[in-house]
Order: sequence, then C-alpha cells, then structure tokens
Amino acid sequence: MKIAVPVKFVPDLVEELTIAPGGSALDTTWLRLIISEFDDHAVEQAILLKEHVGGQVTVLTIEAEGSDDFLFTAAAKGADQLIKFTGDFSNSNNHALAHVYADLLKLVQPDLILTGVQAHNDLDGPVGPLLAEYLGLPYVGYVAGITVSADHVVVRKEYAGGLIAEMELKLPAVLGIQAAEQPPRYVAYSKIRQVMGTAKIEERAVASLDTGGTVEVSRMFLPEVAERATMLEGAADQIADRLVSIFRELGTL
Amino acid sequence: MEITLSPLTPTIGKTFIKSLYELEDGERIKTCLQCGTCSGVCPFGYIMKFPPGKMIGALRADIFDQVMKSDSVWMCVSCNACSAFCPSNIPITAALMTRAKEELLLAGNIPAELQTALENTQRYGNPLGESPRKRADWILGLQPEVNVLAKTRQPVDVLWFVGDYASYHPRMQSAGKALARILNALGVKFGILGPEEFSDGDTQRLAGERGLFEMMAQKNGQILRRYKFNEIITTDPHAYNALKNEYPALGLSYPVRHYTQFLAERLEQIKPLLKNEMKVKITYHDPCYLGRVNSIFDEPRTLLNVIPGVELVEMSHQRLNSLCCGGGGGGMWLDGFQWEKAHTRLSEWRVREAVAANADILAVACPYEPPRFEDAIKTLQTASHLKIREIAELLAESMGL
Repeated sequence: MKIAVPVKFVPDLVEELTIAPGGSALDTTWLRLIISEFDDHAVEQAILLKEHVGGQVTVLTIEAEGSDDFLFTAAAKGADQLIKFTGDFSNSNNHALAHVYADLLKLVQPDLILTGVQAHNDLDGPVGPLLAEYLGLPYVGYVAGITVSADHVVVRKEYAGGLIAEMELKLPAVLGIQAAEQPPRYVAYSKIRQVMGTAKIEERAVASLDTGGTVEVSRMFLPEVAERATMLEGAADQIADRLVSIFRELGTL
Repeated sequence: MEITLSPLTPTIGKTFIKSLYELEDGERIKTCLQCGTCSGVCPFGYIMKFPPGKMIGALRADIFDQVMKSDSVWMCVSCNACSAFCPSNIPITAALMTRAKEELLLAGNIPAELQTALENTQRYGNPLGESPRKRADWILGLQPEVNVLAKTRQPVDVLWFVGDYASYHPRMQSAGKALARILNALGVKFGILGPEEFSDGDTQRLAGERGLFEMMAQKNGQILRRYKFNEIITTDPHAYNALKNEYPALGLSYPVRHYTQFLAERLEQIKPLLKNEMKVKITYHDPCYLGRVNSIFDEPRTLLNVIPGVELVEMSHQRLNSLCCGGGGGGMWLDGFQWEKAHTRLSEWRVREAVAANADILAVACPYEPPRFEDAIKTLQTASHLKIREIAELLAESMGL
C-alpha cells in the first residue's frame, strides 16, 4: 500500500504572536514554525498502517524553518520517501498548497492520502478536502481509526456528542486525521542523527503558486475586551440563589 | 512473583548485554554479591518488580527482557544511592540503569510525560517547552542590569550557567534573582548566556536520551567558545555535574563550581554583610548531584551556619545517604507515572523528615527542589508551617538584599 502524507507548518504558539504593521497578517520577524499537530498524527497513523499491513510511506512538505528536521524525524519513525517543495511560499495559502501537493500526487498515485483534519491557521478550509477535490477522490474527515482491506478501508469518523460512525471507502481516498490510533511516538535523537546521514530529501522546485479561491483578510487583531464579567460575592448559598435567579431571568432554567 | 525462564528476545539482544559490560567499570556488574543493599537503599526499590539487585540477578539468569517489560526502570530517579552503597562498587546508576533507559527509549518505549519533556528539549532547548527567547526574562527589573554576554560581549570573571528551572520556573526565578544580588554585593564581575544558553541535558541523559544530551552539549559548547571568562558557576547541580563530569569527554573542559562552593570560598567577605538575624531552625537537603555524586556536603552547610541566629539541624537521611527529592533521572517529568505506581512522592517523604527534625525551614541548593517540596507541603497537614528556601534566598535575606 502506498500512503502519502502531505503536511504543513503553522506558527508555534510558544512564541507570542504579533500583528504586522499592515494590520492584516502576523508579523513573521520572530515567528517560529512548527508541524501542525494534526499532521503529526497523520504521519503517525501512516507509519502504524505500514507496520500493520506493510507498504510505503511518503511524507511531503513545503520548505519551512525546521522542515528538514521534521522530515528526518519522520524517516527515523519509518517513512520511506521524503519530499520537500522549494520556492517562494510567502504568499501561500491552503488552496495553493493543495494544488502543489495535488500536482505531484497525480504522478505518485498513492492508495491513501492522510493529512491532518485541520490546522490552527486554516482560514480558507483545510488542505485535505481541497486536495480531494483537485484529485477527484473521496474524502472523510475527523478520522480516528483505520482498518485496511484489499481495495477499501473502513474508517472511524468522530461526530459531535460522542458519536462514532464506521464508513467504508474505496481506494484511493483522502482522509483527514483527527487522531492517530496512538499518540505520535518518540524517536531517540541518536536515531534521527543517524537518519540525517543516510536518508535523502527529494527537492522539487515550485515555479508559481495558484493562490486563487482563498479568503482575503481585512483585519487581524488580538481579542478585545467586550464586556466585563460580573463577580458574584457573598456566602456560597447567596451566590447559588443569585445564580439561579440570573439563569431564570435569562430563561435558561 | 513468577519468573519463567525464556531465551532473550531479539530486542534485548546480546549486543545490549555486551554494551553494558563495555561501559566504564561495567565489568564490575559481574562481581555483584546479590547482597541487596542497592535494592534496600533505593527509594523506590520496594515498589519495583525488579529493584537494582534483582535486575542484576535477571541479567545473570538471561531473562533481562522481563526487566525491560516491567515499569521498574522508569521508577529509577538516578539518585545514585545504589551505587554509593554498593560494596562491589558497581556503577548501577551510571551504567546499568542509564543504559537500560537508553535501550527502552531507542525502542520508543517511554512514558508520555517524559516524551513531552524530551521533545521540548529537542525543539526549544529546555524541557519546560518555553520560548528560548524568554530565557533571560527573569533578569528584567534587576538593578544593576545583569550582563547578558551576547549583548555586551564583555569579558567576565565568572560565567553563570543559570540552567532551565532557574531561568523559567516562576518559583525558581526568585532564587536566581537572589544569587544575582549576592554576586553584585560581592562585586563579582559576572555574565550569563541568556537566550543563547541551552539545557545542560544531564537529566535527559540520565533519563536515557544520550543523543539529545550530546546535542545540548554541542550547542552549549559552540556558545561557550564565543566568550571570555575565567570560570563557570552553576545554580543547578545537574548542570554542574554535566560541565564537570560529562562535557570534558565531549571536548568541553572548563573550570566549574556550584554557586555554594563559589560563595563558601568568599565566606570572610560575606560574613560582615549578613546583617539580619534569622532566628530559625534550618535543615539542609543534600541534592543528589551536589552531595552524593560530587561530594559537596560541607559548603552549603557552612553558608547556612554563618547566617546569624540560624540553628542547623540534620534529618535522618543526610549527606551520602540523602533522600532524593524525586526529580532526578527524568523523575521531574514522570510525576504522574510514578505517582500511579507508588501513590506517594519522594518529596513528601523528605518533607516529613524535615518536620520530624523540628525544622522551620528546609534549605535547598537545587532548582528542582523548591517546587517539588512546596507541592509536598500542600498535601501534608503536619508540614504547613515548613518553608522551603534556596540557600541563595536565605543569604540574600540576611544581607537585606
């Protein structure tokens, strides 16, 4: 089974985010990028599938700070092929990203494409459904569990309210991973270092980006204080009485 | 307990066993008397399916795979008590325990809590997962301004390796500030690496992540080579241990002292500055990597003894036989895991001992300890009067800084 995992990097929230002078984008001066958590789960799920049923795992990313380290770590975990797109991605968006990945995946023709179901900087839809659209493949998101058969997979999709649906899909297909069957594994740094000496990152130059279809950000701002909260004071009984009457006034009781 | 004799699994192969004996003094493992001293002195020995002595027994019986399938190794806090009391001088912590943790880690078999700390170290250069850019934020507001070498590029006499917890942990930042004030009061020309400093990596090494330790050492080495200084002092005994005993083998040799050694040498200069009397009973907790591992027992006590009004009392476990706070060898990042197995914390035992010694203050010299002991106090009613203070904080208070 050929599994491809296209991933993306997102701002690392360990650093404080600041708005660029234009007021419609993040200031990238001190921005650090990190692999999107859901994409990390997609990589883990791909490697678990490889371990269960055999196959080949290809991880794809666009060039970003730390992308080589990420790819080598994926190889140390068990990924077979590492692909990095190079070029100017400063104006990239999820549509452009999905086009870049789709163009290559048309050639690679994987049986299964796993990607994170969402990322915290998705403004114009997640990459997975866009990719499925461009490739003309079925898509199921919020997947947390995959069973592979000869020409199809059974996936467990999470719904709100604790419901889980099992769905059967014909391959090839694109899946948006909510969580891998086990948390992303730890790989000892000595193993990563070893892989750095042996694994090869295939670079693919991207000449131009198709950024059409995205949303335009008119204003980006930090959360603003709208209304101050009212603190209820007094003994526990009094506070409880007051709460009950507030809920009654609001019609929630 | 059932032990079924079975051949070694391929994962715990002959190569692993061979690698154990090839470590420094590793051959001594074969001289084990099976006296059980190590298992007795081990603070978690009673809870381990395979305490150290039994681990060696399993090695002899060729059933070490059973040890590796148990949780025993992850209960080890690398406190070195087993090694210190072993009549055959077997390097149990340095060789057997650390190598076993390395093997588990290479197989990807580690508790999730520990994984987070190691991933944080890899990415941010500190196990707390804080921004490297904020590593020197604790000096904000200190007067005179602390010399951050990357900014000033001035040669200094003393390079202070602050370490992870003193840099980032809110409780420990006050201890760092106290030491900065003391150094200023003594007229010491010192500087820090600030955002350029990386974790010393020693506790990660003892938790089985040797590769990560080497990466940290390499990064610290690159930075240290940029600046001119005569010696290094550390807040953290683990950093002291790394710089003194581990970095030299990686080509990084600098004169290094723990701050308690540095200050004890300036006792005559310090004494007249200790203006405020403190009528308190203090007991001192020997940190494993200051005391037991590096034989620094007297300097911290000397410093406490010169504070006017202080009466120093000892706990039942002291000096070579000190009881680990539970933070070493990855214990700092295995709190939930170890609690699940033991339903107690070593820090709670230690705090009970301080209460039994009738101490008002439990003095410490390692940045792992104040948060651990203060948490322990919250869970023990009998300890509510006990205060945890870093030696630097006590000195600064007496100096009125």
